[in-house]
Amino acid sequence: MKTLRNRHWISGAMIGLTYIAAVLATLPLLLILWHLVKKGASSVSVAFFTNMPHPVGEAGGGMANAIVGTLILVGIACAIGLPIGIGAGIYLAEKRTTPIAQTVRFLSDVLNGLPSIVMGIFAWELLVRPAGHFSALAGGAALGAMMIPLVTRTSEEMLRVVPVSLREAALALGYPRWRTSISIVLRTALAGIATGALVAIARIAGETAPLLFTAFGNQFWSTSLRQPIAALPLQIFAYAISAYDEWHAQAWAGALVLITMVLVISIAARFVTRSKFGAAVD
Amino acid sequence: MTALPAPALQKERRHLRVHQAEIGDRIYEIVTTACALVIPALVIAIALAVFAAAWPAFAKLGLSIVTSSEWDVAKGKFGAAPAIYGTVVSSAVALIIATPLAIGVAIFLSEFSPAWLRQPIGFLVDLLAAVPSVVYGLWGIFVLVPLLRVQVMPFLRDTLHLGSTPLFSGPAYGPSMLAAGVVLAIMALPYISAVSREVLLAVPRSQREAALALGATRWEMIRDAVVPYAKSGIIGGIMLGLGRALGETMAVTMVIGNRAEISASLFAPGYTMAALIANQFSEATNDLHLSALMAVGAILFILTLIVNAVARWLVWQVSRGRAS
Amino acid sequence: MRALTVAALMMFAVACAKENANQSATSSSTATSSGGSVDLTGAGATFPYPLYSKWFSEYAKNTGVKINYQSIGSGGGIRQLSEQTVDFGASDGPMSDEDLAKAKGGPVLHIPTTMGADVITYNLPGVTTPLKFTPQAIADIFMGKIKKWNDSRLASVNPGVALPNEDILVVHRSESSGTTYIFTDYLSKASPAWNASVGRGKEVNWPVGLGGKGNEGVSGQVKQTPGSIGYVELAYAKQNRLAIGAVKNKAGQFISPSVSSVTAAAAGVAKTLPATTDYRISISDAPGADSYPISSFTWILVYQHQQDAGKGKKLVDFLNWALTDGQALAPPLDYAPLPAEIASAVRERLKTIDSAGTK
Repeated sequence: MKTLRNRHWISGAMIGLTYIAAVLATLPLLLILWHLVKKGASSVSVAFFTNMPHPVGEAGGGMANAIVGTLILVGIACAIGLPIGIGAGIYLAEKRTTPIAQTVRFLSDVLNGLPSIVMGIFAWELLVRPAGHFSALAGGAALGAMMIPLVTRTSEEMLRVVPVSLREAALALGYPRWRTSISIVLRTALAGIATGALVAIARIAGETAPLLFTAFGNQFWSTSLRQPIAALPLQIFAYAISAYDEWHAQAWAGALVLITMVLVISIAARFVTRSKFGAAVD
Repeated sequence: MTALPAPALQKERRHLRVHQAEIGDRIYEIVTTACALVIPALVIAIALAVFAAAWPAFAKLGLSIVTSSEWDVAKGKFGAAPAIYGTVVSSAVALIIATPLAIGVAIFLSEFSPAWLRQPIGFLVDLLAAVPSVVYGLWGIFVLVPLLRVQVMPFLRDTLHLGSTPLFSGPAYGPSMLAAGVVLAIMALPYISAVSREVLLAVPRSQREAALALGATRWEMIRDAVVPYAKSGIIGGIMLGLGRALGETMAVTMVIGNRAEISASLFAPGYTMAALIANQFSEATNDLHLSALMAVGAILFILTLIVNAVARWLVWQVSRGRAS
Repeated sequence: MRALTVAALMMFAVACAKENANQSATSSSTATSSGGSVDLTGAGATFPYPLYSKWFSEYAKNTGVKINYQSIGSGGGIRQLSEQTVDFGASDGPMSDEDLAKAKGGPVLHIPTTMGADVITYNLPGVTTPLKFTPQAIADIFMGKIKKWNDSRLASVNPGVALPNEDILVVHRSESSGTTYIFTDYLSKASPAWNASVGRGKEVNWPVGLGGKGNEGVSGQVKQTPGSIGYVELAYAKQNRLAIGAVKNKAGQFISPSVSSVTAAAAGVAKTLPATTDYRISISDAPGADSYPISSFTWILVYQHQQDAGKGKKLVDFLNWALTDGQALAPPLDYAPLPAEIASAVRERLKTIDSAGTK
């Protein structure tokens, strides 16, 4: 019988379960980070950030080109993926159940499930083969295309939870529709949209397969958009599958640096978007 | 020259403002629609490319790609049934593990966590999305698989006496469907959790207060007032996590054992479609082989379509049920 | 705040435009070796990557010529070369006739650069002396016909070794690889039963066993699983300090894999090579008393008729260096240098590369 005491007991138990879930959910990252630090921290040095990769047996190799390369690739991807993704998210949030909106939403989820290697092959056919060479642009475009479904769906969901009353109030005050959407609704959902964007950035920053046939990788320093460019995931992959402990250590160090980079970008972005525009109003 | 009378001037200005608003709205419509249409354009373009490349294999091998279990490149046999089975099972296991955890931690962060803890724990979970899949794979080989082989699998098999059930039978070498499911669960977790958390945080306080005022316990408030409001977002997050699980290649192929066999047991090694493509694409040069790999890609495409359609239908049924 | 974002986007756009303007001015296809951009691009096999990265690094130090090589897999290298998106390819397995016909730049030369060995590695705690294997035994183990370590077919060639009464767990490669090609090529020669049922290839339908991803996956699996056996490149077995088996060669000797025994295998084959060979040859099961039977070349693939005279010259200069000075850098990294007679014959072959493809 559902007495008050029973209900309170159930309530307490379920709340306890969420605490356990929180612990279990944070555990994997802590375990992985600890593993990375244990294996890679010793290789993170000033040389790591300033030197190019060295062959086996030569100390002092670094991943400077890969670090900069990843930043450039992520920048290109964001320039493509964020505007299109947020634009599409706004469309879906406004046009909720029209046939086009439902189709776009459905296809967005399908696109999200595509193996990244297929995206890389597609980008190769479109951007590398006609050009006759690999390029940072092709890599950034492949990553940007992968960002789109993620950013779209997360933006849509964040925009949908903005209370209708906010939009109605703005319209009542004489704001045009487009201004309401951008200045009022978008701004309110900005923190949530930023989370979605950051998760998308985190995802593509660590992708290897799409870059194999587009950005290709580069042992030397290059920041040019029309040439192959180094990237952390590519370098990590090449080192991790080798036989040599010193390269393995560099791979772990690279992974540590990559995750730290994403963390720094996340913190910076959240600082910029959250400090002014607080939580949703009632 | 006569000046316009005052009311007419104001009317003129109002018309101008409305006109500007109309132009703004029109541009806004066009831009957002264009952005939205990029997605179907991409999907259609990729689908066309994949199916075009896959056609030779479908023409030559027909349905045997889907029904046969024999994948033998030297003999020209390409049966991907174990890979299809493995994709479905590993993704299902991943979602079964990840969804309760992700929603649980999202609820914890939105309802019970002290404000100072929210950002750090939120970060720690979201950062799981930033770990490169090759790192997941290596961590899987060196930490997870031994852990499963030495602790978890014997526990399941002996202590919980599940070893006699078909799901947990067979020798426990370590690399297995279970290992793949666990790794995929960890990889899908941040997507489900991040979206759920943000959506739960955005639920207006009035909803919560109303439920509590009506006499609900804290849990009942969450279950009946907060989660339903956020349901669409949570489902969206789950779909994103599912997408991640279906398409992951690197990490899976390092821990699943890569055995092209269908087995009921989670302890047995298996295969997935994405792993199959990734494993063989960089080395394939034979035209039929490449086409067969693209055919597997096409099947994965179709599978993703079916899974998403089924999930959407389920959601629609559930939300319809609740409303009535 | 919006102003800030717009300003940032504009700065990014301006930086991009400037970058592109710079690059089209100093066009990348005729880059000088003193410039910022790379001179040659190559792609392909993962097996020789550590050696190639050493070569390209040393070569850049000596001559300033920058060569960017990425290991995307032998098949990837062949494909990119065919599509002419790279200047040279690299492969652990020779190109088939079908592949050669598809190459868009005309005839492709196979230039052997170094050699490697597939070793039989196993995990038997308590067995300290290296085990000996006959070719038939290896084939039977990987076909599942020999199931236990103390099977008589193993015990008879390892007298005095206490082989345990344990199951043999076979570990093979899960993905396509040149390593598998070398191994199955050897097994197809060593065992008619293998040849008939499984055959040779970069990936095959393995009768038994678990698949590990990459050499590191297999060596990791073997290292962690007592009673397991697998095949990996020499460097991986040595670096991971795994037990390595000796294999009986054609001459009847049990040979352990090493840099010298692999070079001996190539030397054994060199005697039988016609002068017009295209070097698309297998050196597994080679004749010679000291030959290690599971050895193979790895090749760099170049077009015979180069389209860009400048790049063609740089490529040939590098290959000449690799076949002479470069060979000395191989043994410390566990790669076998080419025997002298093959290296000089290949250098002669390099002279047939011309710039007849230049438009």
